[in-house]
This record gives sequence, structure tokens and C-alpha cells, in this order.
Amino acid sequence: MTAANNILPLFIITSLAGAFLTSLVGKRVKWFPDVMGSLTTFVLFGLSLSAIWLTNIHGTLVYSVGAWKPPFGIAMVLDSLTVFMLVTVNLVAFCVAIYSINYMEKFTSKWKFYTLFLLMLAGMNGVIITGDMFNLYVFLEIASVASYALVAFGTEKFELEAAFKYAIMGTLGSLFTLLGIVFLYSYTSTLNMADMATVLAEKGLKNIGLMVSVLFIMGFGLKAALVPFHAWLPDAHPSAPAPISAMLSGVLIKSLGVYSLCRIFYSVIGITSTFSSILMFLGALSMVIGVFLAIGQWDFKRLLAYHSISQIGYVILGIGLGTPLGILGGLFHLFNHSIFKSLLFLNSGAVEYATGTRDLQKMGGLAQKMPVTGTTSLIASMSIAGIPPFNGFWSKLIIIIAAVQAGRYGYAFWAVLASLLTLASFTKVMKYAFMGNLREKWNQIKEVPFFMKLSMGVLAFICVVGGVLGLHSVREVFLQLATKTILEGVKYAEIVFQSLQ
Amino acid sequence: MTVYFLCLVLFSLGVYCILRKRNVIKIIVGVIIAEYAVNLFFILVAYRMNGRAPIFSRKAEIVNMVDPLPQALVLTSIVIGLAATALLVAIAMRIYEKYGTFDITKIRELRG
Repeated sequence: MTAANNILPLFIITSLAGAFLTSLVGKRVKWFPDVMGSLTTFVLFGLSLSAIWLTNIHGTLVYSVGAWKPPFGIAMVLDSLTVFMLVTVNLVAFCVAIYSINYMEKFTSKWKFYTLFLLMLAGMNGVIITGDMFNLYVFLEIASVASYALVAFGTEKFELEAAFKYAIMGTLGSLFTLLGIVFLYSYTSTLNMADMATVLAEKGLKNIGLMVSVLFIMGFGLKAALVPFHAWLPDAHPSAPAPISAMLSGVLIKSLGVYSLCRIFYSVIGITSTFSSILMFLGALSMVIGVFLAIGQWDFKRLLAYHSISQIGYVILGIGLGTPLGILGGLFHLFNHSIFKSLLFLNSGAVEYATGTRDLQKMGGLAQKMPVTGTTSLIASMSIAGIPPFNGFWSKLIIIIAAVQAGRYGYAFWAVLASLLTLASFTKVMKYAFMGNLREKWNQIKEVPFFMKLSMGVLAFICVVGGVLGLHSVREVFLQLATKTILEGVKYAEIVFQSLQ
Repeated sequence: MTVYFLCLVLFSLGVYCILRKRNVIKIIVGVIIAEYAVNLFFILVAYRMNGRAPIFSRKAEIVNMVDPLPQALVLTSIVIGLAATALLVAIAMRIYEKYGTFDITKIRELRG
């Protein structure tokens, strides 16, 4: 046992402490919430970067909460997949926190926003880092309840309606997850993921595997907004304040949905060909239906929300393929999507901040008045549409190649088609919002304040250089290791118990 | 076996209530019912036939105790459910302030 594993609880403690202090002091001291929000997320981002380095030296790290050794106590596990997700989540959270400094000025109680934001972050980091089934559920609910409240933050008519819909669907999804966990517990008599994987491997799955898998696909599929369960997303994501839309679309659906699905199916239950084909089918369905629904939208944020469904489809398709290249592509696309989709939502927030509208038909020529927003959203649009050399192109290419290699020509075709339709719909966004002639009434608008520009600039920069991640040497330390972790499957248990000694 | 079946009935009742009712408050009640069915199921899973409370004492033998872990977990789950319910009710109150009705067919600002 090294001292290195003491870093693990910090991911949860830091964000919880930030939320606590913000709620305590932020009400009286005006500047406190801004500083605390940025500082906490910055520290978390630094921690997650140092975690890359730590796992490269020590391999998988395990922390036993309260010194109760697993399988009896709660465990936290830091392996390469966890590190990958932590870096993604905390990077986006940091950019969003900087952006909120200016954007949230127009709302009255900033400290409430930051408290909920940091709570949501604590929940997400918890879901990612935990190695215990019930703990996963608890953190899932912390993140979800905070996000319901954040969607309703503006307390306007449509925001409340969206939040109510989201809260009901989300609670139902969590219930299915809990039911799945109960079934697994009754079968294995343990809650520790690693121990559970061992017991399941010994006892065999029999019928319970099917039951539990269906419950988890329903539960986590609802959180990830896969197509039959997607109805809440196009309402909930546009209704939230822009920074929160960026967090929800960028990382929440991935850490609560895709990551949990991956972890449970690959590391605990052990994936079978039936379930990988179900995942692929749901992925392809989301990919195509999401993009078709997106094309007809005129509300900027709603259009982006439908694209989230479509892009999550790519990630699930890649991961469902189950080949090393497919999983690599899926994870790479997960990272890229969280960057460019948060950027696009921040852009839409900037446009709304300056003009007060989200309707694409009322915009036009905004790039002349808002050069930074215009340029960054052009970069993000090209990334999401898959134009080389931006990051989205490489990850989509890898997924399509992987699908062809696996002999799934149909899925490869749908992936190409969805990509073309994405391009079409973002051409529309650029044409109506940023290009063309400036309308008379927008003559007075100004570019957004400094911190908003800074955060959009950083994200756009990552979009441009993100393709580098696909390069051989960088891929080795970041993506390849996370892919390896997934591919090791139920050997997860062995690795966890080994690193405990 | 009957108990498990009744538990399933309770859960289905909750889900039916969420799907079919038009009143916001009734939907929330549906969520609560479904939640309690899951909690009840968790406790049932831990039960042993003619089991006794899992309390250690000098005299008692350690046989046939019910599993104490789910009882602790269900407490957590109830608290989480409370938080979610409180938030739902708060949203429902604000909805009533804005729309003046609890009927979800009349609460339709969002389309597309």
C-alpha cells in the first residue's frame, strides 16, 4: 500500500468541500462563489492530470474507505479508464466554471448555482471513481438530483416543465438501476464490483444475467439518452442555463450513462455477443434518429441537444463493437464530443447573452460583431461534422474503420450517413446564425466579456489540437490504456485485488 | 412467493401511475410508490425464513439472522428518495404558480 492512493478520495472531497463552503460563505461575500468555483475545478483538473502520471507509475490504485478492506468496505478504484473519464469531466468542468463567472451575472443567486454545480461534479467524479455498486447508485443520485435542480434554475414556465419531465424520467431510470443492483446483490451477496465479478464468474450467470442486463440497459440508457429512452433530453438540455447545458450534454450523460454501462457490462457482468449487438443496434438507432430530428430544428440549443443523442450513438456503437479499434474510437469520440459539444453550447449561450434569442431565423451575420464566438463555433461545427483535420474527423473515422473491419458494413454505412446529415445541419447553423448580412437590430450588440471568450478559446484550441490524441505516442498513454482496461473485462477483479496487497 | 408477487404488483402500480395519470401530484405519488416497492423488495431479499434481528449478544447463537446490510442500504435509499421527492414537489408548486393547473395536458410549452 503506497501513499499514492490517498489521492483518490480527494476527487470527491474537494468538490464537496467547495460546494459546502460556497453555500456557507457565498451568500454574504460577493466574490466568493466565482473564486471558489474556478479554484475547485482547477484543483480537480490538476489532480486528474497528476492521476495520469500516477497510474503510469503504480498501475491500478485502490483506496479502502475508512480502512475497511474490500470486499467488506467501500472501495475506490483508479484505473486507466477512470483516469480518462476524470480528465474529460474535470477539463470541461473547469472551462464551464470560468465561463460562468460572466454568464451567470444575469441570474440573481450565483452562490446557489455554484453549490449545485459543484455537487453535480462531486456526483460525477464519485460515479467514475467508485468501485462499489451501491455507492455508484448513491453518487448517481447526487449528480442527478443536482442536475434536476439546475435545469429548473431559471424558474420560467418551460424550464419548470422540462425539469419536471427530466426529474420523473431520471428517477424512474435510477429505480431500474437500483432494482438491477438488488438482483445482483441477492445473487452474489456482495456489493463490491471486483468481488461481484469474481462471484459471477464462479457461479455463472444463468437467467439472472438477462434480467439484470435489461434493467441496467433501461436505467443507464435513460441517463445516457439512448433512443427509445431519449424523450427528456431535447427538453431538459436547452432549458438549463448555457454552462449547465454544456455540462449536461458534455459530460453528465457520458459519466452517468456511457461510463457506468461500460464499467458494469465489461468489467462486472462480462459482455456477451447478444448484448454487444443490442448496444450496437441502440447506438446506430440513436445516431440516425437523433440527426434526423436535429435537422428540422430552429432553436439553436434544441438542435444541439438532438445532436447529443446522435453523437452518443457513435460512442455506444464504437464501444459495442467490442474490438480494440472500436473501443478506442468510441472513447476517443467520447472525449472529442465532450469538448466540441460543450463549446457549441457555450457558443449558443454567448449568442443568447448578446442578442437574447435562440431562434436561428432571427439571427444572421453575428460573426461580424462577435468574432471570437463566430470563429470558435465555426471550429466546433467543423469538428462535430467531421471535417479534417479537426478532432471529430479522426474519431469518427476510427469508428467507421472499426465497423468495416468487424464486418458490420450496415452500421458503417449508417455512421457515414449520420455524419453527412450532421454536416448539413451545421451548415444551416453557420449560415443562419453567423454568416450573411448583419440585421439592423443587431447593430448595437457587443462581443461577450473576457472570461467567456477565454473559456471558449481554450475549448476551441483543444478541438484543433485534439486530433493529436490519435497520434501513436500520445495515444499510448491516454487512450490505449483506457481501451485496454475495458478489453481486460472481468479480469478487473483480479487487478483490483492484486493492487490491494 | 406471494410476497414477491405483491411487491411486483406494487411496483407495476407505481409505473402505471407515472405513465397514465395526468395530474402532476398523482405522477409524483406514482414515483413514490414505485420507489417504495423497490425498497420493500430489497428488504425481502435479505429476509430469512423465521429469521431474527441481527443483534449480537453473549447468549444468542449466530444462526438464522436476517441480512443486516440491505436494511442499512434501504435507509440510504429512502433518504435519497426523500431528496428527489422534495425537489419534485417543489417543482410542482412552482409549476402551479406559473400555469395555474396541475393537468399535464395543459402544461405544454415545449414542442418538437
